[in-house]
Amino acid sequence: MPRMGAASMDERPGLFVRAVDRDGGSIEFTIDGSPMTARAGDSLLAAILTNASLLRRLEFGGEPRAGFCLMGACQDCWVWLDDGRHVRACTTAAVAGLGVRTTPPALAEIRNV
Amino acid sequence: MSNVVVVGGGPAGIRAACMLAAHRLRPVLLDEARNVGGQGYRAPSPGLRLDMDALMGGEAAKYHALQAAFASIRDQIEYRPGTLVWAIEGKTLHVATDEGSSTVSFDALILATGAMDRIMPLPGWTLPGVFALGGAQVSLKDQGCFIGRRVAFCGSSPLLNLAALQYRKLGADVVAVCDTTPLGAKVRAAPQLAAAPRTMMRGISYLTSLMRAGTPMLHGVTLLRIEGKSRVEAIIVRDCRGRERRFACDAVALGYGLKPEAQLAELAGAEMRFDATSRLWLPKIDADGRAGRSLYLAGDSVVIGGADAAEASGELAARAVLSDLGIVHARSVARGLRRRVFRLRRFQRALARAFVWPANRVKDLSDDVALCRCENVSVGEIRRAMDQALGPIEVNRVKAITRCGMGRCQGRVCGPALQELVASHAGIPIEAAGRLRVQAPVKPIPLSVARTLAE
Amino acid sequence: MTRLIADVAVLGGGLIGSWTAYFLARRGKRVVLIEKGVVGAQSSGTNFGNLRLQGRFPGQYPLSLRAQDLWERLEDLIGDSCEFDATGHLYCAFDEAERDKIDHYAEVSESYGIRIEHLDRAQLKRRFPWLGRKVIAATYSARDATANPRLVTPAVARVAKSLGVTVVEHCAVREVRKSGDTFHVDTDTDLQVECGHVVNAAGAWALEFAERFGETAPLFPAGPPQFVTEPFPYFITPSVQTVDGSVIARQIPRGNVILAGYPRTAADPILNRAPVPPVKTLAAMECLAEVVPALRSCHVIRVWSGIEGYLPDMLPVIGQSETTPGLIHAFGFCGHGFQIGPGVGLCLSEIIVDGHTETPLSPFAIGRFQQEIEVSDKFKREFDAVRKTP
Ligand SMILES: Cc1cc2nc3c(=O)[nH]c(=O)nc-3n(C[C@H](O)[C@H](O)[C@H](O)COP(=O)(O)OP(=O)(O)OC[C@H]3O[C@@H](n4cnc5c(N)ncnc54)[C@H](O)[C@@H]3O)c2cc1C
Ligand SMILES: Cc1cc2nc3c(=O)[nH]c(=O)nc-3n(C[C@H](O)[C@H](O)[C@H](O)COP(=O)(O)OP(=O)(O)OC[C@H]3O[C@@H](n4cnc5c(N)ncnc54)[C@H](O)[C@@H]3O)c2cc1C
Ligand code: FES
Repeated sequence: MPRMGAASMDERPGLFVRAVDRDGGSIEFTIDGSPMTARAGDSLLAAILTNASLLRRLEFGGEPRAGFCLMGACQDCWVWLDDGRHVRACTTAAVAGLGVRTTPPALAEIRNV
Repeated sequence: MSNVVVVGGGPAGIRAACMLAAHRLRPVLLDEARNVGGQGYRAPSPGLRLDMDALMGGEAAKYHALQAAFASIRDQIEYRPGTLVWAIEGKTLHVATDEGSSTVSFDALILATGAMDRIMPLPGWTLPGVFALGGAQVSLKDQGCFIGRRVAFCGSSPLLNLAALQYRKLGADVVAVCDTTPLGAKVRAAPQLAAAPRTMMRGISYLTSLMRAGTPMLHGVTLLRIEGKSRVEAIIVRDCRGRERRFACDAVALGYGLKPEAQLAELAGAEMRFDATSRLWLPKIDADGRAGRSLYLAGDSVVIGGADAAEASGELAARAVLSDLGIVHARSVARGLRRRVFRLRRFQRALARAFVWPANRVKDLSDDVALCRCENVSVGEIRRAMDQALGPIEVNRVKAITRCGMGRCQGRVCGPALQELVASHAGIPIEAAGRLRVQAPVKPIPLSVARTLAE
Repeated sequence: MTRLIADVAVLGGGLIGSWTAYFLARRGKRVVLIEKGVVGAQSSGTNFGNLRLQGRFPGQYPLSLRAQDLWERLEDLIGDSCEFDATGHLYCAFDEAERDKIDHYAEVSESYGIRIEHLDRAQLKRRFPWLGRKVIAATYSARDATANPRLVTPAVARVAKSLGVTVVEHCAVREVRKSGDTFHVDTDTDLQVECGHVVNAAGAWALEFAERFGETAPLFPAGPPQFVTEPFPYFITPSVQTVDGSVIARQIPRGNVILAGYPRTAADPILNRAPVPPVKTLAAMECLAEVVPALRSCHVIRVWSGIEGYLPDMLPVIGQSETTPGLIHAFGFCGHGFQIGPGVGLCLSEIIVDGHTETPLSPFAIGRFQQEIEVSDKFKREFDAVRKTP
């Protein structure tokens, strides 16, 4: 069985590791503006966590969070999208072109003009 | 024709739908999930090259049978995936989909909403990389992803070894399996577990396969803390001989068995009763799953029974519907099913003795440990609120004062530990500490669902 | 049998009872505060938390301003601010008729010295750019405020206790009798109280203690549905209310938006139920999305209501019994008792200790129901079904 050395582990940005491959092609999306790649068919949570080690910052204190139950129950995986939507990453499909935000985007509608 | 609605597309819901479809009732099957199969038998997401036979071993046949059963009734039912039931009022369900909110009315309702992991917090449990044990399995089956590269499986649950083995099979590095229940307790539970010899043997084979593979298998451990700066770096445990041991890892799967997702049952009017074995409040049902007028409950949403019990109880609940509607009266079949459900659930109760919920751990938690992930409420804040004059000693009051259980998950995750904390800190029996009351919406719904309705 | 001799027995540990006990204790009275459940768990603990000055019944302003003054000094009074926040209050109109209404309310407020700003669409767009286009005008009062109702009543009761009040929880008053100058209060526990004054502050349950002494009021129980969203970036600083009652919303600095909306729903004080029909959740969400469009993607996570006592003229009963000296009523707060709560407590303590209060309370006399009373316009509009009125 493949074993990975501990040394490489800490530099790896993603939390999740793909165990099996997917048929679908790769899709491009962004996290806080940085381009990322995932695979068609991924949940948004898997798409993010194969690239990053957090989904969001907790509203109260700002600590990093990466979801917990992975089945739509704990509600700890809500992420923001560039367009202002707020979605539950573990039950939302990743779509090419999505812009994910780990903190709320500045909503144009609420700024003073 | 009577309008029968089934909520939940897991083994219980599918078997209920099959039985109803067989009597040409054309049931409505509502499921929040987008893929059918529920938690245990969830079909992989599209395009995933996952060999379910290799992954599930002996259970693969059941998985295929269930998926085939669903495929065979697909056009005899009204199947609505991606549909969250968020409220129940009288004989009307309020549902939310991507398109908006609408209602579904019913003459009879079968709820088969399944379960989720039961969690006892420990220092560091909110770090990225710590996931619920069932979730660790879901991410593998549904997404083909490990929750990390070097994973520790911790807690106490029949799924602990199963999940560890599945990870191992697919190439993850399982750094340790840390079961908090002492081996002695498992040995003592063995005579009762022998009632289901196949299941018991399967459990033992998981254990031995892991041991053969050289995975450290610890029993009777105390989980001390999870360490890491911004993600998991290690878990520290005290083994049964009192030695502190550190396992470097980048992920922890944590779980202490399951707890029913009984929110809808409660909203539908099921009476909730304290169950001393599981230390949880469970909906009250009769032998067939009746929980009230036109209300039937099946599967893990009533009492944790596992996938086999879910299938049998789903079929049984559907039979009860058919019989109450005056459509069938085959009593002998129902009796056989009833016995089967009873046996399977009794077995699961024996399992609860082999995989113990660590109720007492809550006393040892230090004040700075977060109990409520959503609102970031610490154990210490709850203790302090309780200690002041006229302080609360009931969970809903503790919630009102501290916000513990008030967040997005509505106490699903912190509820069981909160009950233990309130009971132990007040020095009262856990049933006297109460349970967090349920309100609709059972899960968050966006303002925009209402708008769509109007347009 | 535990027999307590006291100056005053207060029936009901809501906000009204707790403040009354607090002020009486500060004046040196021996007080027993009796609560059937736990303090502050009913109306007083479930309400919306608005401390609104705009749009009140004109005759209530002296009381209301006195109360606001106490709220503004909450931290000094009880050592805890309970999230008191001088948020200001924005009263919004959707059309010209509603604009006339808020302007009229403003005139009344201004006559009591409250500063009101009249904002037209352009000004609103500058000051509160997140307001939806449907709002054509609004009045803003900076002195209106909010506080966390879940925290206030227990905090007041705790201080009252430290000042010497005997606070008894899980104890329901069953019977109140008077012989000579002494009241005998019996409970469902072994507690019995003998005292010279009784304050009936039993909220939606208060009527039986009035009727026992030969007076009554057409009280009925209901609750406005309340909703709360997940935490969202903080931007709605004032408390926002539309005159038609379809939206009453505020955001706390933690980010959650708290929302209420009429019509109110009948509640059951016997079974202790205050249901929130899902259709009302949807209706309130839809209305809020129109008034604050930026919240479209915000999620509602929880709903609740409470059991409040209402009267057809939408005014409370506050003051001495007209049949029984020493008995004082304070109930039926018609959805606005949180704001005046501390003022009511202070006035009642003055009535008991000094024999009178400077604050005019005559519009709230229980005796008014012996005559034909004018049914409030709000009463007709803001409840689910057409109510039987006296
Ligand atoms: C995360 C997790 C992983 C598990 N993994 C395994 C495993 O690998 N092997 C195993 O043998 N057992 C597993 N189990 C145990 C599993 O609970 C049972 O074996 C079996 O799946 C129970 O079947 P069920 O039909 O009762 O519920 P489930 O299979 O859980 O199905 C319930 C269904 O109801 C839906 N639902 C819930 N609430 C609503 C709502 N409000 N509106 C609409 N739909 C709703 C859910 O989306 C879900 O599809 C797991 C359990 C969990 C919680
Ligand atoms: C959902 C909701 C929202 C509201 N929003 C606002 C708002 O924004 N602003 C505002 O100003 N007001 C608001 N109100 C109104 C306000 O909450 C009430 O007017 C106020 O709390 C009344 O206080 P109380 O002490 O009279 O009543 P309660 O808090 O109901 O207290 C009465 C107490 O008496 C106890 N009791 C009853 N019978 C007995 C007995 N036999 N023996 C012992 N104890 C007994 C009860 O258990 C209860 O605790 C709202 C009310 C509700 C329900
Ligand atoms: S991870 Fe729990 S809801 Fe998504």
